[in-house]
Amino acid sequence: MKKVLRVFGVFLILLAVICAAGCVSPQQQEPTQLKIATTTSLYDTGLLDAVQDYYLENYNVDLLITSQGTGKAIASAKNGDVDVLLVHSPSQEAAFIDEGYGVNHRGIAYNYFIIVGPADDPAGIAGMTPEEGVAKLKELGDAGTEGIIFVSRGDNSGTHSAEKNIWKSAGFNYTAQITGSGPWYKETGAGMGDSLTTSGQLGAYILTDEATYLTYKKNNNLPLEVIIDEGASLLNRYSIMTISPAKYPDTNVKDATDFTNWLISEEGQNFIGAYGVEVYGKPLFTPMSTLKDSTLPPFNIDCKTPVVMPTA
Amino acid sequence: MGEITDGFLEAITLIITLNPEIMEIAGRSLYVSSLATIAAALIAIPIGAVIYYYDFRGKRTVINIVQTLYALPTVIVGLLVYLLVSNSGPLGSLKLLYTTNAMIIAQVILVSPLIVGLVIAALSGLDKEMKYTTMALNARAYRAMLTLVRETKFAILSAVVLAFGRAIAEVGAVMMVGGNIRHFTRTLTTAITLNTSMGEFSTSIALGIILLTIALVVNFGVNFFQHYNGRMKDD
Repeated sequence: MKKVLRVFGVFLILLAVICAAGCVSPQQQEPTQLKIATTTSLYDTGLLDAVQDYYLENYNVDLLITSQGTGKAIASAKNGDVDVLLVHSPSQEAAFIDEGYGVNHRGIAYNYFIIVGPADDPAGIAGMTPEEGVAKLKELGDAGTEGIIFVSRGDNSGTHSAEKNIWKSAGFNYTAQITGSGPWYKETGAGMGDSLTTSGQLGAYILTDEATYLTYKKNNNLPLEVIIDEGASLLNRYSIMTISPAKYPDTNVKDATDFTNWLISEEGQNFIGAYGVEVYGKPLFTPMSTLKDSTLPPFNIDCKTPVVMPTA
Repeated sequence: MGEITDGFLEAITLIITLNPEIMEIAGRSLYVSSLATIAAALIAIPIGAVIYYYDFRGKRTVINIVQTLYALPTVIVGLLVYLLVSNSGPLGSLKLLYTTNAMIIAQVILVSPLIVGLVIAALSGLDKEMKYTTMALNARAYRAMLTLVRETKFAILSAVVLAFGRAIAEVGAVMMVGGNIRHFTRTLTTAITLNTSMGEFSTSIALGIILLTIALVVNFGVNFFQHYNGRMKDD
């Protein structure tokens, strides 16, 4: 028993030393912390990790980034668990702002959703509009055609919302006609990367953002090719919002304001525009500021006016 | 097939070169799960001893409930702690969400029932005579319990090690309450989840190897310790 106690004592002393060393480590100025909730499709590209390193070094602010599906990210923002929300789902963003949770909404970047699928395109939908393409998939799927599968995120994410919008504009009622309508339509309930893997394994079609697809294609030899990449409904717009201090007065609005202004500044926009060129040969995101006027449809968002610090 | 071997080779390179980000993540996993296990042991061993020591109505039911909680799903614990410490939850003012402290709390809740149950089981393995003799020899109940716990220290140590294994290997709870934030709350398991969904399989494999190595070292350590102590007694 004495031995046990002695070993335990040594362990405690070691622990104390480690803790003490951690506390007195030389740091001239403790960085402040800004909590950001974002979506998997944005986070999985690695852009935000690069931003995190750069921003800490240059502005002494730690970006604490947690990535979830857009639905969960918005829920944690509504609970006041984060300071800033970085998402890509215009309808959910509008609701969030209307309910008074979000202020200082700015567009930061965009790219396009694409429909990817097996290289031999068993449904023969290459070259169609997204709406024609999904209608064809539904028709073949309902008929039980061998090898026709569509994989959906099924998790209320921004990508899932975009998919539902395409079904809607193709003339379908999503809840009544699409979800659960047969074995051809599979919902993973997982993040973008996981869903792409599933899709690759099944030889299925899937709607994805271009950035995650390129990342995944490169890292993982994903056996899927771009099938449809043109159509107005494929626009994927990323934006940032600060959680309103009227709802949660003790969030970090100062750093939230500075960070928003940095993202829409020339420096921030160049950073976004340059990300991925080295590795993928093309940028993963187009900075919003490259548009002549982002307030026009289909973008409908301000990306230039600096924000001022909101007050309760 | 190439993917797996390439992954392994790259994984081994990442480990040998002590890749700083991977080492940081491994360190955090060890820190969170060690503290959680120690805290859980300090809470659960006395509870287990008390449940064993006293006879009371509903004792069997209590033990049954404790044993059912062995299978407590990690995501349920995660959800529970998330709702408690979320800014709009009852403990929101403590600002615990997305911190390692919240992760420790979740793991304590997760593994405590396991230790309580196994402590009861270990003590129940003792001779009944021994229990009554000890009770008779010790005026104070806590001294008697201490004596009985000492008698079963190796079984209890194994329980604690098992609890540590459950804590360090779980992903659901730490993902929910920690948020998998790089440099802050990312652990081996959440990093494996993330890297897999990013298609970085070699990093995932490297992290997996480290996780298994930790489990292996801890188990070997305990075995060695038990063996060594057993021999000392025999001599």
